[in-house]
Amino acid sequence: MDILLQPWPWYVSGPLIALTMAILILLGKRFGMSSNLRTLCTIAGGDRAAEFFRFDWKAQRWNLLVALGVVIGGFIAMNFLTLDTAVAIGPESIGQLQQYGFESAGNAYMPVEFFGNEAFSRPRTLLLLVIGGFLVGFGARYAGGCTSGHAISGLSNLQLPSLIAVIGFFVGGLVMVHLIFPLIF
Amino acid sequence: MMRSIIYVLVGIFFGVVMFKSEAASWFRIYEMFQFEAFHMYGIIGSALILGMIFTQWVKKSNRKSLFGDDIVIADKAKSFTRYAVGGVLFGLGWALAGACPGPMYTLLGAGFMPILVVIFGALLGTFIYGLLKNKLPH
Repeated sequence: MDILLQPWPWYVSGPLIALTMAILILLGKRFGMSSNLRTLCTIAGGDRAAEFFRFDWKAQRWNLLVALGVVIGGFIAMNFLTLDTAVAIGPESIGQLQQYGFESAGNAYMPVEFFGNEAFSRPRTLLLLVIGGFLVGFGARYAGGCTSGHAISGLSNLQLPSLIAVIGFFVGGLVMVHLIFPLIF
Repeated sequence: MMRSIIYVLVGIFFGVVMFKSEAASWFRIYEMFQFEAFHMYGIIGSALILGMIFTQWVKKSNRKSLFGDDIVIADKAKSFTRYAVGGVLFGLGWALAGACPGPMYTLLGAGFMPILVVIFGALLGTFIYGLLKNKLPH
């Protein structure tokens, strides 16, 4: 039981992600998390604004149920399957993040400075969170998939477009962390 | 109803894996882009190798889904621009917000409430993409 409560190593986690995809494929579906964002836009009335949102969203109901499960899974893992939520990242990352003002690096699951409730009273933090989310949402639809749809499903299906997208994910991430972080933090 | 429960259960399983693997941790994403640990590369790499074996096997075996339908694993449309530009934009957001779409739902359940702001941003980004789609180079 104790081993379940510790962070799960990569060689357990990676195969379990592959298993998630395998189950969804065997159920006749696909593994892709960001398409739910499009479905939610349609449900919220986006179909009145753009052709992109005019599709039979009920056919995507299954994926919303998966997403609902993911929320529940996060709740269960946080409250019942974890003793210490601190994430033991490497010393160089901790040092760098502390220089940027992320004091919680090495002691928390998420940076308190970004994801603690005090973030709601800091306009600058809120702006960065909105921008980050915006880029994820816009980029995922432009690229036609996110980490699950391209990096796992697409590459598993040997799709060259997915390889281009995944290289793009890493180029963007490296630019953000190495070039933009020093400017904004 | 039975099927609905199965989808929710698959989601719960995936949500637990995202949280316990720490792939949903902002810190792990930062560390990955610093190349300081093998952890995230191990997760993605091992998922990918097993996923590849499974996907190729399913395609060759022509088997039906558990509900008896055909299994269709569609190819992605061929192009460069949309994948390169969309990919880079996604990567910028992934590193800044520290979360891709799967972990966003996980973190909401885990109670990190500012993730709602990220999810709002992601919905807004999706919506704006939908408005601009026909004007963007794909």
